[in-house]
Amino acid sequence: MTDILSVSNLETSFKTQDGRVYAVNGVSFSLKEGETLGVVGESGCGKSVTMLSVMGLIAVPPGKVSADQLTFLGKDLLSMTKEEIRALRGSQMSMIFQDPMTSFNPVLTIGKQITEPLVIHRGLSQRDANRRAAEMLALVGIPNPQDRLSDYPHQFSGGMRQRAMIAMALVCDPKMLIADEPTTALDVTIQAQLLDLIRRLRGEMGMSIIWITHDLGIIAGLAQRVIVMYGGYIIEEAPVKDLYANPCHPYTLGLLNSLPRMNEMGRRRLESIEGLPPVLFEKPAYCPFKDRCRFVFDHCRTENPPLKLVGDRHFAACWLDLKTGRERL
Amino acid sequence: MSDDALLRVENLVKHFPIMRGIVFQRQVGKVHAVDGISFSIKRGETLGLVGESGCGKSTTGRAVLQLHKPTAGKVFLDGVELTALKSEELRRMRRKMQIIFQDPYASLNPRMTVGEIIGEALFIHENLRGKQLQERVQDLLRLVGLNPVFTSRYPHEFSGGQRQRIGIARALALQPLLVVCDEPISALDVSIQAQVINLLEDLQQELNLTYLFIAHDLSMVKHFSNRVAVMYLGKIVELAQRDELYQSSLHPYTQALLSAVPIPDPVLEEKRQRIILKGEVPSPINPPSGCRFRTRCPLVQEICAEKEPEFREAAPQHWVACHMV
Repeated sequence: MTDILSVSNLETSFKTQDGRVYAVNGVSFSLKEGETLGVVGESGCGKSVTMLSVMGLIAVPPGKVSADQLTFLGKDLLSMTKEEIRALRGSQMSMIFQDPMTSFNPVLTIGKQITEPLVIHRGLSQRDANRRAAEMLALVGIPNPQDRLSDYPHQFSGGMRQRAMIAMALVCDPKMLIADEPTTALDVTIQAQLLDLIRRLRGEMGMSIIWITHDLGIIAGLAQRVIVMYGGYIIEEAPVKDLYANPCHPYTLGLLNSLPRMNEMGRRRLESIEGLPPVLFEKPAYCPFKDRCRFVFDHCRTENPPLKLVGDRHFAACWLDLKTGRERL
Repeated sequence: MSDDALLRVENLVKHFPIMRGIVFQRQVGKVHAVDGISFSIKRGETLGLVGESGCGKSTTGRAVLQLHKPTAGKVFLDGVELTALKSEELRRMRRKMQIIFQDPYASLNPRMTVGEIIGEALFIHENLRGKQLQERVQDLLRLVGLNPVFTSRYPHEFSGGQRQRIGIARALALQPLLVVCDEPISALDVSIQAQVINLLEDLQQELNLTYLFIAHDLSMVKHFSNRVAVMYLGKIVELAQRDELYQSSLHPYTQALLSAVPIPDPVLEEKRQRIILKGEVPSPINPPSGCRFRTRCPLVQEICAEKEPEFREAAPQHWVACHMV
């Protein structure tokens, strides 16, 4: 399998009134053809900023983005002009967002917004674009698609708006779809409908997907490989089954133990991770998780652990080997 | 229903009128938010109330506390009929029932200090002043795991999880019997959710609290509740002991809801059979005739449109409203 996207040493920071905030600190990962990659973390961990940086959607200034490598379909995104990146966005790479109400333009019809990429990127006439948009709405399960094209976003329910957003993102047959918590605002039965839709579409269209979420349940049923982020760093990366069966970072372990399980009998006390996630005003010379970690020891306070291979395609950034209890050298 | 029930709700109805016109207002319809539900909660018990957005679960919580005046039905707390009380008597009953809100950012007055927020009820109901009040507030802060020196700080100086602890301290100030928890953790990050849930569990043990726990997160409700009621479009469709409900649910909606919850285990997820419901929840302004779930139900028959299913005890302590069970 070839890499669709490869990112190496990506750094994003923002200038704020209180000083520079380091949101993404040297993140490297790749996405393979046809693969679904899960990105997990809590609010403020840098998961969304990482993907917005890849898409070239960070405002500069106040943001600052740098990377050693950022290639998409073999093309170097770093050396491209704004116009060249814009030509890729919406046609080759697309993004869907958490809140479909604020990500649609309220004064344009749904049809206008779905056909826009077709007219701009593919040069279709409005009539052909309308036909294609109606097909796309039918594909994502919206009844009477032809009539709904002339509706405005407020006339759609939350679940339908999210379907329409998926239709808009996929209308040009992109190679890569980045989904930023698209089901968080939805009810579970509607979420199940959408996840079902995505599982079906990725097979039919052969897309690669990056799925950002805080919900370890969704990732378990959707991704093949998972990245866990904390404080702007990737702290663990592994194939999905390996990550859940054998978490190698105390944060991942803590997250998994803090979740109640539906399939579990009886009552178990939830494990909580005390304290709060950090906001980094400097690049830390220590492990960013040290203040909340149960296993913290001297080395964690003096050096930030790098992401190291700890198993088959399994990486973790921790000085401690959780299985043996010994320091990792 | 048994006598040791702290809270008893009988046929509770809450409709909100829809008005048109500016000067000459007239009612053109109503939202059937809660449409005749009955349940009871024993002392020291936690009843989980689950359902999707708009099903009426929050309205139920507020109508129980008389924050919304119920359209019809009766609510008894500790043997007193709340729905029959006059405003002064009701005000005195309020100390026995409190609420923790969903949004810790919107539910604390930004212009009041933490000490004022937590102490207000003590000031009003117990006439505490000065040093006495200060000490009680500090005790409460300690109880919810916050540093007692925080009394003169303002809400914006705290994180979401800490604010929720302030909200809990406020609710517990008057030593209530019943606490309605209206989605107390859904605005919090995953690692913080467990902190707050553990705190609520400890407080229940320590103070013998009774909870009505309103949430849409079915795995958290399973973890937290003794019994669980499932709501759909203003009606309770199923009510049972927790393990009974999660293992042998009878109502097709409960079954679909349970199968839709993702489980954080990739091996299980791979093998799972999901029931994917078609369509969305109909509008509560004009709910379907007969059974309200019939427009999305995989088992629907003719009778479902004609007759409303009775809420009956299908197995011991297991209540369900469905023609097909």
